[in-house]
Amino acid sequence: MPEILITLAIIVIKVVTFTFLVVLPLVPLSVYFERRFSAIIQDRVGPNRVGIPLTLLGMKKDFHFFGLIQPIADGLKLFLKEDFTPNHVRKAFYWLAPALTVVPALITVCVVPFGPDVTLFGHTEKLVIADIDVGPLFIFAISSLTVYGITLAGWASNSKFPFIGGVRSTAQMISYEICLGLSIIPVLLYFGELNLSNIVEEQAKNGWLLLPLWGDSAPWNNGGNYSAWLFLIPAFIAFLIFTISIFAETNRMPFDLPECETELVGGYHTEYSSMKFAMFFMGEYAAMVIGSALIITLFLGGWSFGFGFDDAIANFAIGDFKIGGLLHVGIFLGKLLAFILFFILVRWTVPRFRYDQLMKLGWVIFFEAALINVFLAALIIAAPQFTSAIIASGSVLLVVVTAAVIWVAKVSEPPAKILRA
Amino acid sequence: MPTIKLTRPKLDAGEKIYLGAIFKGFFLTLSHAIKSLRGKSAGAEGLASSGLGITMQFPEQRWDDHMPEYYRGAPTLVTDEQGRERCVSCQLCEFICPPKAIKITPSEIPSNDPWAKVEKRPLEFDIDMIRCIYCGMCEEVCPEQAIYLRKDYLITGTSRDQMVHNKEKLYEIGGVRVGLVNKWNELK
Repeated sequence: MPEILITLAIIVIKVVTFTFLVVLPLVPLSVYFERRFSAIIQDRVGPNRVGIPLTLLGMKKDFHFFGLIQPIADGLKLFLKEDFTPNHVRKAFYWLAPALTVVPALITVCVVPFGPDVTLFGHTEKLVIADIDVGPLFIFAISSLTVYGITLAGWASNSKFPFIGGVRSTAQMISYEICLGLSIIPVLLYFGELNLSNIVEEQAKNGWLLLPLWGDSAPWNNGGNYSAWLFLIPAFIAFLIFTISIFAETNRMPFDLPECETELVGGYHTEYSSMKFAMFFMGEYAAMVIGSALIITLFLGGWSFGFGFDDAIANFAIGDFKIGGLLHVGIFLGKLLAFILFFILVRWTVPRFRYDQLMKLGWVIFFEAALINVFLAALIIAAPQFTSAIIASGSVLLVVVTAAVIWVAKVSEPPAKILRA
Repeated sequence: MPTIKLTRPKLDAGEKIYLGAIFKGFFLTLSHAIKSLRGKSAGAEGLASSGLGITMQFPEQRWDDHMPEYYRGAPTLVTDEQGRERCVSCQLCEFICPPKAIKITPSEIPSNDPWAKVEKRPLEFDIDMIRCIYCGMCEEVCPEQAIYLRKDYLITGTSRDQMVHNKEKLYEIGGVRVGLVNKWNELK
């Protein structure tokens, strides 16, 4: 009996810590970074004032903390605003929709490995909530439910702009879901594994997928085998497609058509106010956090520091407590924040796509590229086991297929119209 | 009108892939971010930036030194070099004021006053700074050059009453203005 109780307690602690103490605080933090980094890119200052108003308590100076308290103030404001439900909405779905966008994003936290094992009181524990063997599949399955929230919000609002936003979101999500799934097949082929913890451990030991410079993947360690370096080509293509698809999945800037302010007022959340709007906001940012966590886990070594330092860090112990894993959590969060900054950088660099361009990018370019990439990756992985004749015929076949796909894409495109002034 | 045929520009292979342009864009935005963090953004010096971007951060830094000569701040009443209030309560400013921010109660100057021949002066002179739009028409219309837009821009208050400048306040901000109108001066 106490065994089960301890296990249960550990599970509860892990759920609460990772969901509510790690990922949820990352949401306001990324909002803060969004505002500050956007401001800095645009030669402004950004919110740097909200802090602890010690002058109210009779002290001489306020604490500003670089405005880090700003998201709390924002949240408080949203919480205290009037929660207005318009008369013309379909109430049940209108109320359900915000929850449907937040919950899937937070559920997906459970397969993200935050760090390696930690030993406390002689008990070793993995720093992941659910160490299941279908990690990426689970994330795709759950995170694609987010679209229901957005579509329902658009439809239940019963007004034209949210409706268009919801429809756009449906089309966009379904299109990019395919590229998302197909693009990581090379990665899964390479690792032969669907368990995210094991994928990261493998990367920590043998070099990240996009940085194979130590362990078995480096040619000077494995006796001149360049296959890991050759695999960089499909890995990079997969990384590109996957990252861009994540941008589309999370409705981030170049693909934020469901809520683009210039055309659709606020898109699907036009009719929402107060905490319901805040939940959409939270869901979007949580999806962004999880998306970057997935990219980091699959391509950039997850919690590993790299260059062969990981064992030393993992074995870092104070007395009996092997808390090196917590350092790895720190490394992971650092990478995560860096990637969120990259998200923001993209937002201010790439202008929003036109809707037909978005669809064309998803269906004509990424879908095909991801498919061909799967074959390319398979060829590279299988090459060492085959004779050169088979490899050569395989490459020829790949080139022919690629050429055929490009030809079809070209032919299917209507010729450019002559513009008249 | 002749028809001009335009064709879309031909893109080469590199431009079609589009990634080069995106990376160029990254460098542009990042260089802006780095310059902004170093306080070296374009125009930061001229705008007296606080060292982050081109922004001057308000309560700590004031733009008083950078204010142009023609700046239109709060409208005020002025006294001349002899301490006489210049306003003669003609009420032209009250009538021209587009948002009707000015309210004047005229009164006679008692006969034992040294400036009795001026005849009138304002008993009350209120400018509602909530209404004022800083257009400067009062200054333009004043025949006595008694009302001036000074460079005060920090007009704040926590209630509507505090935002109404009465006569004392207006003279306090306005101060003394020398020269120009001397027609009431007996020596001239």
